Amino acid sequence: MATLGPSGFSPYPVAVYEGLLNPPPGYALMFNEIVEEEQAMREAAKAMLTRANPTIFPGPQVLYAWNEEAKEKAKLVKKMAQVLGAKIIPMYDYRPKYPKINPAVEINPNHPNLTIWHNRIKACIFVGVHCHYANVALKIIRAETDCFTIAMCGMAGHEDAMITLRDQHVEEMEKFIRVAEEVKKELGL
Amino acid sequence: MQTVTETVVYNRAGQRVVSPDYLLFEAPRTKHFMTGSEAVKEAVKRSSVDASVSYPITPQSEAAHLIGELWVEGYVGVYFRGESEFGVMSELAGCAMAGARAITTTSGPGTLRAMENFPMWAGTRIPVQLVLMARGVNSPLSIQPDNLEVSFLLDTGCMIWYAENAQDLFDMIIAGFVVAEQPDVHVPVITAVDGFFVSHTREAVMLPPDDIALPPYNPYKAPMPVIDAEVPPGRFLRDPFVMKSNYISYATHASWQWEVRSAIERSRPYAKHYLRGLTEEFGDPTAELLFVACGTAAAQSKEAVRLLEEEGIKARVLKLKTIRPFPVEELRQAVKGAKYIFVPEFNVVGWLEREVRRYLYGVCDAEVIGAPRVAGGMTMPPEFIVKEVMKLTGKEVKHVL
Repeated sequence: MATLGPSGFSPYPVAVYEGLLNPPPGYALMFNEIVEEEQAMREAAKAMLTRANPTIFPGPQVLYAWNEEAKEKAKLVKKMAQVLGAKIIPMYDYRPKYPKINPAVEINPNHPNLTIWHNRIKACIFVGVHCHYANVALKIIRAETDCFTIAMCGMAGHEDAMITLRDQHVEEMEKFIRVAEEVKKELGL
Repeated sequence: MQTVTETVVYNRAGQRVVSPDYLLFEAPRTKHFMTGSEAVKEAVKRSSVDASVSYPITPQSEAAHLIGELWVEGYVGVYFRGESEFGVMSELAGCAMAGARAITTTSGPGTLRAMENFPMWAGTRIPVQLVLMARGVNSPLSIQPDNLEVSFLLDTGCMIWYAENAQDLFDMIIAGFVVAEQPDVHVPVITAVDGFFVSHTREAVMLPPDDIALPPYNPYKAPMPVIDAEVPPGRFLRDPFVMKSNYISYATHASWQWEVRSAIERSRPYAKHYLRGLTEEFGDPTAELLFVACGTAAAQSKEAVRLLEEEGIKARVLKLKTIRPFPVEELRQAVKGAKYIFVPEFNVVGWLEREVRRYLYGVCDAEVIGAPRVAGGMTMPPEFIVKEVMKLTGKEVKHVL
């Protein structure tokens, strides 16, 4: 939990107030370092393959058939989960739930920590979540849990995730799956 | 032989769609003589605007009226008059949530009447643009130039840019849409200008051709789903933002507020590019006397620098183009070597002086002087600024008001 700096009086740490901005196109952000996309993909795959209860949180942009890309990405999310041995828990909408969500089967951007605590998730991937809600959720997760967060974003990325992959479309997701398969082999899993 | 095929795209008005960089930096420009209000019209004309809502209040009424003419001419998709400024800002939000590029204008008390909407705009992450022609607020009633209302807007979660003249205003309105609509920014932009001094005076403005325009807004890159109240899944993805206070946890609210402010910070690199820097420097870079100013106060400070030169006093100006995000690093860099920092302002409270002091606290030994300060419609002749400096140096004033 942040105790120093401009964001220190908030219970939540905020990456931009710690000097971090999203990576430039073609690069990724790993903690506070701008790195090559492939290097970040390898570390992301390693985190998912070696930490407890890895989980993918797909958002509305891959859960609903808005367009052909969404359909294609949904298939890739499923394949990614198989390769990484990860569970899938959907973030199917963004509305706060009353009295509370069922953390066993869903995640909500307004209290994502509940799902992570309940399922003891130590590594996760956000994919297909609209950027604002991903950012709101990632700040809470970073403050309240010890989960390693990976953002797979179709836009500019999320500096509050531990690893940010930006401009991730079908081609990049296929690349990530290839990288994950290689890392899995290297780890002897 | 290779054949190159170029796809040309036109917007609803039949203007050729070009890149923001081409429109702002590369397209040939011609000189025109116009008021700030007319510069607003010219900028909106080239911005592929979908919607504008208006309400009359001096001194922005002419700009609002001219945007209406653009609707008649087919350059603006929707244009109507709101019931009040509160209605205008709410209706503009509705347009933006439905996926429209939207703009409005207001001034002084209208800004305060609409106030609840500005943090709502930011919290709902809509990239609308408000051209604020500052005039001061009640009470007592004033329709004169004064920028007190900007101080009320500083922490609304909107970006705030400040134009010095009609040229700045023209360029900033176009750049404002481009920066505000970046997916990782996507918060409103308030483009402020001093009413009357800029809105009602004519000056030379360099304009690109009017048959080219910005690419239309793509709402599907927004960080929130575009609301389609009729069709799922958009219909059930996103509840009305303000209706959930009893369900929103402290955690969500805190994170959400930080996220809006983070979005403003993310605008820095984009604003630096499209505004050619968050600040502009004028005068002798070795001068120990520095003016930090925005808008008309920056223009008058530049004139004061010329007069001071005749008095044998070296001075310089740091003009701030953005107030949110505040150009912290640029300010800290510029004050190196400065002994006296004057902050001339058109308001009684000295909101810019407060900002300057805040960001220089503990990092600069120079004396910050919140002067000269005028309000309620007073002008700030450069001689007045010179007189203030002379008070400090104890020298005789050559230029008399």
